[in-house]
Amino acid sequence: MAETPKPPAQATIEWPPAGRRRLIGQRISRLDGPAKASGRAKYSYDVNRPGMLHAKLVFSTQARARITAIDTSAAEKMPGVRAIHLILQPGAEVRWVGQEILALAADTEEQARDAARAVKISYEPLPHLVADVPPEQAGTERVQQLREQTEGDPDAGLQQADVIFEGEYGCAVITHCCLEAHGQVAEWNEDNLTVWASTQNVSGLAPQFAQGLQAAGIPVQASQVRVLTPVMGGGFGSKFAADTWGVACAALARKAGRPVKLMLERDHELLAAGSRPSMYARVRVGAKRDGTLTVWHSESWGTGGPSAAGTPNLPYVIGAGRNPVLPKRSRHTAVFTDIGPARAWRAPNHPQMCLITMCALDDLAAKLQMDPLDFFLKNLQYTERPEVYREELLKAADLIGWREKWRPREEALRAKGPVKRGLGLSLHTWGGRGHNSTCQVTIHPDGSVEVAIGSQDLGTGTRTVIGIVAAETLGLPLEAVTVKIGSNEYPPSGASGGSTTVGGVSSSTRDAATNALNQLLAKVAPALGVPAEQLEAREGRIQVKDDPSRNLSWKQACARLGTTPITASGQTQASLISSGVGGVQMAEVAVDVETGIVRVEKMVAVQDCGLIIDLKTAESQCYGAMIMGICYALYEEKIMDQLTGHCLNPDMEFYKLAGIGDIGELVVHMMTGPRYEERGVIGLGEPPVISPGAAISNAVANAIGVRVPYLPLTPDRVLAALEAKGGAV
Amino acid sequence: MQAFEYAEPKTLKEALGLLSSRWGETEILAGGTDLLSLMKNYVATPRRVVNLKSIAELRGVAETSEGLRIGALTTVQELLEDRRLARFPALTAAAQGITSPQIRNMGTIGGDLCQRPRCWYFRNGFGLLARDAQGRALVPEGDNRYHAILGNDGPAYFVSASSFGPPLIALGARVRIAGPNGTREMPLSEFFVIPKNEGEREIALHPNEILTDVFLPAAASELRNATYEVRQREFLDWPLATASVALELREGTVRRASIVLGHVAPIPWQAGAAAALLDGKALTEDLADQAGEQAVAAAKPLSKNRYKVQLARVAVKRALLAAAQGGA
Repeated sequence: MAETPKPPAQATIEWPPAGRRRLIGQRISRLDGPAKASGRAKYSYDVNRPGMLHAKLVFSTQARARITAIDTSAAEKMPGVRAIHLILQPGAEVRWVGQEILALAADTEEQARDAARAVKISYEPLPHLVADVPPEQAGTERVQQLREQTEGDPDAGLQQADVIFEGEYGCAVITHCCLEAHGQVAEWNEDNLTVWASTQNVSGLAPQFAQGLQAAGIPVQASQVRVLTPVMGGGFGSKFAADTWGVACAALARKAGRPVKLMLERDHELLAAGSRPSMYARVRVGAKRDGTLTVWHSESWGTGGPSAAGTPNLPYVIGAGRNPVLPKRSRHTAVFTDIGPARAWRAPNHPQMCLITMCALDDLAAKLQMDPLDFFLKNLQYTERPEVYREELLKAADLIGWREKWRPREEALRAKGPVKRGLGLSLHTWGGRGHNSTCQVTIHPDGSVEVAIGSQDLGTGTRTVIGIVAAETLGLPLEAVTVKIGSNEYPPSGASGGSTTVGGVSSSTRDAATNALNQLLAKVAPALGVPAEQLEAREGRIQVKDDPSRNLSWKQACARLGTTPITASGQTQASLISSGVGGVQMAEVAVDVETGIVRVEKMVAVQDCGLIIDLKTAESQCYGAMIMGICYALYEEKIMDQLTGHCLNPDMEFYKLAGIGDIGELVVHMMTGPRYEERGVIGLGEPPVISPGAAISNAVANAIGVRVPYLPLTPDRVLAALEAKGGAV
Repeated sequence: MQAFEYAEPKTLKEALGLLSSRWGETEILAGGTDLLSLMKNYVATPRRVVNLKSIAELRGVAETSEGLRIGALTTVQELLEDRRLARFPALTAAAQGITSPQIRNMGTIGGDLCQRPRCWYFRNGFGLLARDAQGRALVPEGDNRYHAILGNDGPAYFVSASSFGPPLIALGARVRIAGPNGTREMPLSEFFVIPKNEGEREIALHPNEILTDVFLPAAASELRNATYEVRQREFLDWPLATASVALELREGTVRRASIVLGHVAPIPWQAGAAAALLDGKALTEDLADQAGEQAVAAAKPLSKNRYKVQLARVAVKRALLAAAQGGA
């Protein structure tokens, strides 16, 4: 996913060395925190334009059917209705409940809702499959074997094993649950379109809108589309596209001649705005008596809805290293279902692969009667970064008290009372190389500084990181820099996916700010009587490196620009970024074996991500990821009903997320200092969300002496696992 | 939501005059924590909404010669803050189980007793008895993980959503209902009914009646009572099973025990045989466990909710032990 940035034209650009950083690596509160906490920040949802209409979607009530007729005559006569836009035509096939068929706009949101209900769609039903079943139950026309991967000699590996464990593992289809739903406000000014979109892709959306509108018979060029996303409420991989509702919103605005707001309702958000594929696997894994792995076999499957959702690489982390190679054979089959499309969900495929691998290895360790900490330490040679994982495992163990608290499964179960405690761990990895980003820094004669990038802040701290890098580079306080993002009128920057943003924007900002500063230094060098190379910007001054007493204040220096500001651009710099991180998480859980209810008491995340720009927002990423992980480990499932083809829980009532009381104590430790920082900046969005499911599942297995094979770890599943084992009490 | 006429009567009499004699035509608004979502989802489409919140006589908790009279508009938060209710931890524990300050502040005791079931087929438009267009019952073959394990002979398979029904029935509460021809009273246990036909409701209220008061008998000094809720989350979550118990503990032995299960049947489920088991005995852990076993002896789990039998059994045991340990 990460393109190679252009090589630098001149001297290799660098980060300031450890002792010279004033802001980079500090714990700095996010710049837009007060505006968000006080409600002053305006999200797409909050945008209200003069004369604005409200649009609602009419979506399929059938899991699979052919549309035979669309009758809008009643809706057209409803009060307040101004425009109707067909997304599908009669004759089209719908493939999930919630698939968009048409959109209409009315004066008020309630009028639009009522009118949407008055549209009559006739269907010819077709057989559907929404149940999450293994390939052999899905029918041959609904399965596709993707790839068999073999390395080494897996048959010999089985022979060499002293102990073999066989198990089945998996996790349900879940959704993204962005706090801010998908959607936008669209407004035309003659032939120019402005879209306030909740998007992860400010710079990439205009061509999509142009293409979609052209297909709908509305001629508009990408250059005529302005996309604005000053703040947004989460995307997690589900908000890269203009989407049918985006194009429909703009088309309705065109037809009605008025601005239109179309934000998805929560039910539609859960039905149609993307989900994370399920994944299940039957695993055979073997090891020597001393714990050394000899082989991995897995047969996996899962559904991402109407199309295949990518091939997993199993096993995960352990067995990904090349020296030595762990003999393995893995095969994956995609099952096509009518549950709605999958979208990238924070670290696509990784949480599922992690769960399957780490749980199978944990079970093998239990069969070997080994402490999983020792077992994983024993097999780090099969990873790509043995030393990093070793250091992180030991650090995490220290933070959770593993050596003091850990008990073998059977012993944990003998604890008095119905509540049993257990510990579990998991390892993960991610790439995270910065994407292509361009940045423009402007230094004005009055000393003010603007940094402009066509990027977006998903809530991760991107805006703050850009400000820190610019301020650090220019020797200014953070408040002296104005960060401008969230518009495609700024220099283009990549979409925020795959943990690529921080590497892109931090290095392009460093580059642009350095270029701007060099221009300023050249301008003021004569006044200070030294060549520009002997000047530096520090603490609000331009000073001579060897004699800081010879200096100009920042304001004095900028005043020498006369009336012309300095502008300089920069790009992603390969020398400032890197790729590939490791992380370890450990969980401590309490399981009530009489009710099957699991509580996460404590979680520890130890994570590296190269050079950290803002320690506080980096830690926040990990906290948020652990919370998201607790949600999918214990609660989340998109529950589909095979009888009706409907999703039964498109709401926040039975699609369950954790509340504050369900989260427990969270501890984050970022790996910093030598050996980490010199790698440069690496992305962090995905990695910490990968391990929680596996770590929590392993902790539950440790607590109750038996594996609960599938996530979420609900009471019915916990009690069933205990019963299959012969009971706990 | 469908457009509707909004009425805000100041007196009970005025309110009664605004109600239709047919279900669905008018709806009563109290806290609104249920009705608003029903209307937004078009599950309820009344032509008139009658807001009771301006009717002063429906408010407040008062002591009477026989116990406490709790006005139907009393909020969950007011129940929690009323020191006269401290003798009824079965009730206050159920109130604490509603872990949302917003709902505690808006939701009322009357609304809790009259709220509609949370069955996801019902809420997704398949009707209270959850049938598809061909008349096929969806719950037995569908996803019934949260449905009834008792009183589920059909056609109703949903569970009563009331938090206060089980503790109030266990405590012997009665309710008063006002209608066009005056008022009537009944034990709360008779207020909940299992509907037999689509279009019927799960409470004994007629469409043109209003639940006005709950009467809670005075607590004997020997009264012990408790509620135990099995909920997956601390965060606002419907219980998977609950048990409310009330009993008198005289010289170490149990008298007049009452056990009522919640979220396991279309009505709060009275476990009479389990309660009878306790009579005259010392309340030990073993006995509590036996009572739990007895309480679910008649359970007939559906395809995906067998686990709820265990949860209900544990809830009974834990509620009894909590009551014995001083819940009074």
